[in-house]
Amino acid sequence: MRLLPHPWLSAGLALAWLLLNAPVTPGSLLLALAVGLTVPAVMNALQARPVRVKAPGALLRLAGIVLVDMVRSNIDVARIILGRQTGARRTGFVAIPLDLREPFALSLLSIILTATPGTLWVQYDSDTGRLLLHVLDFPDGEAWIRRVKDRYERPLMEIFA
Amino acid sequence: MTGAGLPVWAALLVVGLALTGAAFSLTGAIGLIRLRTFYERVHAPTLGATLGMALILCSSVLLLSLIEGRLVLRDLLIGVFLTVTTPVTLLLLARAAAHRDRHEGRPGAPPKS
Repeated sequence: MRLLPHPWLSAGLALAWLLLNAPVTPGSLLLALAVGLTVPAVMNALQARPVRVKAPGALLRLAGIVLVDMVRSNIDVARIILGRQTGARRTGFVAIPLDLREPFALSLLSIILTATPGTLWVQYDSDTGRLLLHVLDFPDGEAWIRRVKDRYERPLMEIFA
Repeated sequence: MTGAGLPVWAALLVVGLALTGAAFSLTGAIGLIRLRTFYERVHAPTLGATLGMALILCSSVLLLSLIEGRLVLRDLLIGVFLTVTTPVTLLLLARAAAHRDRHEGRPGAPPKS
């Protein structure tokens, strides 16, 4: 068995430990190392597949895109809620055919779509790869499919290829 | 430094961030009442779980860092855990609602994929 079967989890746990026990002392550094080395062993019981990040640069770029979209859609949804109910707004379901299959990338996509208010992940069918999304304000279903595929799915496929 | 010794610009920034975040969370709560169908309503509380949460955490990090005189980032962990766990709740809610609406044949039911 390799020393670090889940390097990202190890790094995350050690970092969380250090953040909780700041300022860093030699003792807490030692404990953080111990936590990072031992705790990921429980993942073996879950038989989780290790995560491979192929393009860290693309991950950072995607994080930037998501951050901007998050702020923008928050303002959009706040405007919808506080504005007058004119009835001009259309809400509805959009079915998006996804090419993404990697479980970790799919869960990341669900986090992204949840973090941007206005889109709700309703159902994903792993046989057909179709994702059913509820959109609060959708002028054009075709545009939403392109938006999800271009802005989020393509970078995710690049990162976890 | 204690909270009382905070310079005015910092106090204003901390209060501004916290109040803006709280305003977004309140808007989400109002949305729960104002929006009509279940699927529309589920969108509203995510305001508090995303930008509202982020702004309040920024305010908290800034205040604690200034008071303790060093960078205090442990509040960011709240943001990480909230972001990672919120989709689970929303997914379960949406799945349950979709199942119920299809089963009962309601007009607003999501299409079968």
